[in-house]
Amino acid sequence: MATDISKLGVKASWKDLTEGMVIAGAGTAKAFKTGEWSSVKPEFIEENCKQCLLCTPVCPDSCIPVKDGKRGAFDYEHCKGCGICVKACPFDAIRMEGVK
Amino acid sequence: MAKRDRLSGNEAVAIALRQINPDVFPAFPITPSTEIPQYFASFVANGLVDTEFIPVESEHSSMSAAIGASAAGARSLTATSSCGLAYMWEELYIAASNRLPLALALVNRALSGPININCDHSDSMGARDAGWIQIYAENNQEAYDNMVQAYRISEHKDVRLPIMICQDGFITSHAVENIELLEDEEVKNFVGEYCPENYLLNPECPMAVGPYSITDYYMEAKRNQAEGMKNVKQVVLDVAKEFAQLSGREYGLFEAYRLEDADRAVVMIGSAAGTTKDAIDRLRENGEKVGLLKIRLYRPFPAEEIAKALSGVKAVAVMDRAEGYSNQGGPLGADVMAALFRARSNAFAVNYIYGLGGRDVRVEDMEGVFADLKQIIEDGDAGETYRYLGIRE
Amino acid sequence: MSNLTEIRWHGRGGQGAKTAALLLADVAFQTGKYVQGFPEYGPERMGAPITAYNRISDTVIRVHSNIYNPQYVVVVDESLLEAVDVTSGLKKDGAILVNTQRTKEEIIPHLRGYEGKVYIIDAHKVSLATMGKYFPNTPMLAAIVKVAGIMEEETFLREMRASFNHKFAGKPEVIDGNMQALKMAFQEVQ
Repeated sequence: MATDISKLGVKASWKDLTEGMVIAGAGTAKAFKTGEWSSVKPEFIEENCKQCLLCTPVCPDSCIPVKDGKRGAFDYEHCKGCGICVKACPFDAIRMEGVK
Repeated sequence: MAKRDRLSGNEAVAIALRQINPDVFPAFPITPSTEIPQYFASFVANGLVDTEFIPVESEHSSMSAAIGASAAGARSLTATSSCGLAYMWEELYIAASNRLPLALALVNRALSGPININCDHSDSMGARDAGWIQIYAENNQEAYDNMVQAYRISEHKDVRLPIMICQDGFITSHAVENIELLEDEEVKNFVGEYCPENYLLNPECPMAVGPYSITDYYMEAKRNQAEGMKNVKQVVLDVAKEFAQLSGREYGLFEAYRLEDADRAVVMIGSAAGTTKDAIDRLRENGEKVGLLKIRLYRPFPAEEIAKALSGVKAVAVMDRAEGYSNQGGPLGADVMAALFRARSNAFAVNYIYGLGGRDVRVEDMEGVFADLKQIIEDGDAGETYRYLGIRE
Repeated sequence: MSNLTEIRWHGRGGQGAKTAALLLADVAFQTGKYVQGFPEYGPERMGAPITAYNRISDTVIRVHSNIYNPQYVVVVDESLLEAVDVTSGLKKDGAILVNTQRTKEEIIPHLRGYEGKVYIIDAHKVSLATMGKYFPNTPMLAAIVKVAGIMEEETFLREMRASFNHKFAGKPEVIDGNMQALKMAFQEVQ
């Protein structure tokens, strides 16, 4: 049975934690908005993009959605601003302050 | 139908494991390993069990693999002794804090140095705060019976904690003694199938095991873990009751031997308890009111029950087969004395370090301990409470 | 505990004293007794002196100490008479059994004044005659069973054959030699 993660905030009593802190169920990271961790965000320069999709698989937080073979806008709710996508893009279609 | 046999403690535990037929058994196959994985490997080779036996390169790995297998949803265990347990250190805590019900068949032997392969409890006593359930045996029969009961305790929904089934190195592990075995089918039915609610290899519901818990959560996680430990006592008693119906052999949190009217008592763990019983019978023939409290469940520590059982005695000798280097005595001494203090006991209590590195304990040695207690009562003074039994001065 | 028999074995690593003690526990168990058979582990090297013990009783055995006042002592290697105090604590109404090619009269002066019964057997001769190799533990096992009166020869041989059939399932060719060694030892001990 999947864990009800809504009960697991920092105010949770020890009684409400799961045994061994196990989290059962897929996709629970979606509810954890890590986007606020970043001070700088990557910027998508759509006109430079050739839709090669090299950026998508390298994102550690799955923040570059793909639909119908084309990448879409960044998911800033989860993007931690690591800049890996900037390095991966051969066409200068992703820019971020401090990353070359 | 019980089957009479004669087996060493190692064989007895290996046979219990054959009857249990666990899913995964990783073990380091050479010294300081024991005969338990060796016997078990032959059961695997002969097709008597369908367990996945994994010879790994270290005890660090054997415990890691047992943890991984348990998280995956398998009934797993490993076995070791002495320095092998010390090398599992990190993983012992991980197994317990991840609430993984797995077993460890431990043969208690001294830690180095000086280098020594013989019996004492320094290995498992060092692991007493790791969050594992620890159960100890006096002889091969108890080691076998404890192993049969282990998974019922460990996997219980109110517990879900790893369990260490301990027996004395060489003294019981290598001694051939009489034993009564249960039928394979009886053990199979008693132990039952392992059906975890959540497990890693469940494609319907993937899960995360062993997460990072920041300061905001760590203490609550530990308190949650402690709750499992609090439930152990009742589960141990319930499982023992059911086991008694099956086997006719009764177990509790500890064994009280001729303790009811005793004015002097010894508290100890392991094989020397049998020797102490012989000493007690001899002294009782002379009208001396002496008794024994033999610990079976050491973690969690049944402090209230022990204090209650000792409430009638005037003097207690707590016997530690391990040093604590606290300058006060050993770990059992500290636990029992704390239990007596909390219960506002007025009994004199002394703590002996004994039997280190396989030092033999004779009936006469234990008679000497009871004589010391007699002197303490007469003097009205415990004297030095941190003592060594039979040390050469 | 009045019916308790305690036996101490002295041997050298590699001679099978431990195995003999465990086999003795095995056969005594078959006669319905409570038994203990256990070794005392020392340096665990070929040739190092080793000690093994047996307790055989009609009642449950609880004591887990070594044996200090045995009724019987078995010396598997004669050279131990000088190296180890083999008669230490041995009861006067008990007996010592020594594997030797010498006579009883020659052995007694080496027993540090032991006043009880002395038995000898040439396990070397028995072993070579029956098994073609020197395995002293098999003849010594039969000899102590006779000396201590643990069971009748016939019962002993029957139980040992069953035990060997199990132990040597992989090499049945050695069973006959071992059985002959047991039989011959029963005759040779004096």
